[in-house]
Amino acid sequence: MEPFISLRSNAVPLVQDNIDTDQIIPARFLARPRDDDHGINFFRDLRFDAEGNEVSDFPLNQPAWRQARIILGGRNFACGSSRENAVWALHGWGARAVIAPSFGDIFAINSVKNGVLPVILPAEAVSALTAASIAEPEAEIAIDLPEQTVTGPDGTVYRFEIDPFAKRSLLEGLDELAFTMTHEEDIAAFERRFGRDNF
Amino acid sequence: MQERQENYTCAALAKARFCRNDPFMIQHATPEPLTMFDKIWMRHRVLEREDGQVLLYVDRHFIHDGTAPAFEMLRKRGVAPRAPERIFATPDHYVPTDTREADEIANAEYRGMVESLERNTAEHGIRHFGLTDGGQGIVHVIGPEAGLSQPGMLLVCGDSHTSTHGALGALAFGIGMTEVAHVLATQCLWQRRPRTMRITVEGTLGFGVTAKDVILHIIATIGTAGATGYVIEYAGSAIRGLSMEGRLTLCNMSIEAGARAGMVAPDEKTFAYLADRPYAPKGTEWDAALARWRALPSDPGAQFDLEVMIDAASIAPMVTWGNSPQDAVPADGTIPDPMTTEDPGRRQAMEDCFAYMGLQAGMPVAELRMDRVFIGSCTNGRIEDLRAAAGIAQGGKVAPGVTAWVVPGSAQVKRQAEAEGLDAIFKSAGFEWREAGCSMCLGTNGEIGKPGQRIASTSNRNFRGRQGAGVRTHLMSPEMAAAAALAGHVVDVRHVKGAR
Repeated sequence: MEPFISLRSNAVPLVQDNIDTDQIIPARFLARPRDDDHGINFFRDLRFDAEGNEVSDFPLNQPAWRQARIILGGRNFACGSSRENAVWALHGWGARAVIAPSFGDIFAINSVKNGVLPVILPAEAVSALTAASIAEPEAEIAIDLPEQTVTGPDGTVYRFEIDPFAKRSLLEGLDELAFTMTHEEDIAAFERRFGRDNF
Repeated sequence: MQERQENYTCAALAKARFCRNDPFMIQHATPEPLTMFDKIWMRHRVLEREDGQVLLYVDRHFIHDGTAPAFEMLRKRGVAPRAPERIFATPDHYVPTDTREADEIANAEYRGMVESLERNTAEHGIRHFGLTDGGQGIVHVIGPEAGLSQPGMLLVCGDSHTSTHGALGALAFGIGMTEVAHVLATQCLWQRRPRTMRITVEGTLGFGVTAKDVILHIIATIGTAGATGYVIEYAGSAIRGLSMEGRLTLCNMSIEAGARAGMVAPDEKTFAYLADRPYAPKGTEWDAALARWRALPSDPGAQFDLEVMIDAASIAPMVTWGNSPQDAVPADGTIPDPMTTEDPGRRQAMEDCFAYMGLQAGMPVAELRMDRVFIGSCTNGRIEDLRAAAGIAQGGKVAPGVTAWVVPGSAQVKRQAEAEGLDAIFKSAGFEWREAGCSMCLGTNGEIGKPGQRIASTSNRNFRGRQGAGVRTHLMSPEMAAAAALAGHVVDVRHVKGAR
């Protein structure tokens, strides 16, 4: 997994509350192999019309935001289906962090496993960053994971909390499966005690 | 919500840390009252890190035909599943519901998903309930049906509706694909302890009110993120009064309130439901299991981080109008008015939703005219759901211009329904009687509606485009959906013949 340490980029606002993972990637694309480019299907049905033309006023299609690597989300961003394809699509599109007041639980977990940082900030902070991004789409936001800070275009510093294990995983680009396998002895010992009767 | 308690650091858990790696000592060494969640959590704890991450052991891992990427992740590492005997597979997402022949699936990608599950399970010796196997079905229907899902277990599946299995008194939750690969390889999963919420529904449910209405009412009350970060335990006389299948419906939609999992304490109904199912313990093992299961319910005085109280009598048959499961109103209600909402963001979102859904403020829900009806899914595709819908459909006719489907949740449900003559009732009323699968709940198999179509659906999500681009989904109970099929529009099931 590619590590996440810090990031400086402008940010694209997708701040409606309760955006679900069906919006982030519609179900008809879920049978595609993991190694495909899922970025093309990121917000597919909001980004493109039925004929495949870009919907010009959708934020992801704004020239200034096409290269953005940060997404500003609303409350409960990426709720619903557990489809990890939502993170693959977000990552494939080019984003590496989402700043939102809250996240769908499974999406936040999936993000960390793919090197994408979910940042939880109070709604007022996300609103301020959103207003700044709309006023000046090129305005850059800086995220510093070791310091757990987001710095807005006006220099305001917001501190965020993150699970220490998630932080470490992101900073190191941890291969979690390989890490767990270092605990093979513990698992085997547990299995011996847990036994067949717990079947 | 009447009361809020924040007791995130559970003293019992802190004490139990000294008994690390001994799931059996923990319960004896801990005098504090524990929740059912605590008991299951502790029992499955392989180890706990200083930073609070816990490695949990998984009793049962359910996999479906969307699991190919996880097997691919393992293959790249040269790793095989650690405990294939704990993994159970069935194709549901990509299977057609008009045939049982995999090679008749026209779409090569969908066919590939079904075939790769068969191949991967054969390669690793995993029990596969295949398309022509009598045990196939939606993974969350067949787990309980086969007796695979049992009280006290920790169950996971790469699907958010895994919360369903919590109805048996298990801790069950959905995981992502990378986590699926991790569980395949290690039979374990890293988790941080979630918070606990108890939702108590006291009293008697009114005429025509089902488990589906209870959960839609709960989600409308606490919001679609109301339980994010929590595991819900549903309690109270109205919950105890639900059948096992009703409890499965209830727990199924816990994720629609944002919850990690939902659960109901096992009781005599649970045990009666499980007895004699193919994978349930037998003989002396059954007796031993019963003794364990009876100790599972939350102890008197156990502390939850959040308590929610709901009066059963206040719950009506519900219908959703919007694009979030929280957008639900009683069947005799009206579409809300965005202008009464103070939050400008919420108002704008409602107006966008009205445009998509073709709604006007204040219109009676009963004026929603349906093009299609879908009865099925892991929420409402079990035998009791079909009996209830057939009770409404009996002797009636699907309204002109309406296409109505009944998709049993499993091959077993289909056989049972046919043995009871339910298929004949549906067919003579003009419903299509189909094969088991997820079907139109999410349309991964291509079974979707056309843009602009309005669908009465017994499934779990009314998200924009969920049942096809431009499709307008209204969630409701099987009774309500059947009644809508006959009338051609939403009707309050309390005024319909055959309701119960």
